[in-house]
Amino acid sequence: MNKYVERLYNGIIKENPTLILLLGMCPTLAVSTRAVNGIGMGLSTTAVLVLSNLVISLLRKLIPDQVRLPSYIVVVASLVTVTELLIEAYLPSLYEALGIYIPLIVVNCIILGRAEAYASKNPPLLSVMDGIGMGIGFTIALTLAGLVREVLGSGTAFGFQILPAAVPPIGIFVKPPGAFFVIAIFIAIMNAIGIKTRQRELVENGCDGCCAACASAPGCEKAGKEAEE
Amino acid sequence: MSNLILIIIGSALINNVVLNQFLGICSFLGVSKQIKASASLGGAVIFVITIASAVANLLYTFLLAPYGLDYMKTIVFILVIAALVQIVEMFLKKTSPGIYKSLGIFLPLITTNCAVLGVALTNVQNEYNFIESVLAGFGTAVGFTLAIVLLASIRTRIVEKDLPAPFRGAPIVLIAAALMSIAFMGFSQLSL
Repeated sequence: MNKYVERLYNGIIKENPTLILLLGMCPTLAVSTRAVNGIGMGLSTTAVLVLSNLVISLLRKLIPDQVRLPSYIVVVASLVTVTELLIEAYLPSLYEALGIYIPLIVVNCIILGRAEAYASKNPPLLSVMDGIGMGIGFTIALTLAGLVREVLGSGTAFGFQILPAAVPPIGIFVKPPGAFFVIAIFIAIMNAIGIKTRQRELVENGCDGCCAACASAPGCEKAGKEAEE
Repeated sequence: MSNLILIIIGSALINNVVLNQFLGICSFLGVSKQIKASASLGGAVIFVITIASAVANLLYTFLLAPYGLDYMKTIVFILVIAALVQIVEMFLKKTSPGIYKSLGIFLPLITTNCAVLGVALTNVQNEYNFIESVLAGFGTAVGFTLAIVLLASIRTRIVEKDLPAPFRGAPIVLIAAALMSIAFMGFSQLSL
């Protein structure tokens, strides 16, 4: 397989950031109240991810190793600010719906994780493809979770009424508990059909499962070990 | 005065940072295996979020707002928080080794905890003054600690149960969190 196509396949299916790696749980749980929000959040994150992968890949030989994480954070934070201003200007309704979760894209583990694990070691074009693949994978997962919650919780899909009015929607699914339920069922289904997720790390050593390559990784291992004792 | 108490209760219980706003989910799921470790993490979070809210508020009021640099807040806050955690860690190591020993290993974890940045940004959004920001930060962190210690207590019992195989691991923890979240929804009915 062509290595560029392989990157897309890797991001969308093989290492889907949300469903397989279980990264970026905060936005997944928070904005999946409606399918449209899932798409909006997914595409905003994709834009930031593709550009940050590109910039970091271009700068990978210039950034000294010791200060690489602060440098990545500055790049990501600048891109997020640009995205936030653009959404506020052109998509005010999406801006209202996503609220504080737009600036919080900065701390989305997927972005720093890909910067550290992929973009800092690979050429720009491949890094961009990696960003597109991971971004689309994230968008699909988020939209799927949003769709399930929207259909069950308000009887609509993408804003269109699909359940007959006689079927009362189960309001709890658009409330916070519904998010935990739906993601729990997603992971349980994947377990049942034998798709390997990285949930062990997520639950047993949160930092490692969450921020595979973040600044905190060494601290995490230590925290995990000392907690074991 | 009652206004300030409302801010603490509101941010700790009614608008719980983990169960209602989904901030800090990673450490909530990751470090909730044992009660002791989760309580230590909670202590470190209370410490850092309270200080970070104070610093973020001062920076915003005296630097960003007067010069019309409002749009820079995300960049400034995340860098300040990352630096602050480092400073707090070094300071504790030097001055109080006892506290450092119990909280220290959890401090690097907190930089990537989105709750810290979330609180700083929410405080700006709600136009809180200095005292309100500090109290909101403190309340949020107490809410986080409460949630993670409760989840840890539940998980120590879950491990002894014979669960259906697909639900072992993450799914059952998320379902426990969902049930806690339902319980916490009860607080939204408080007529404050």
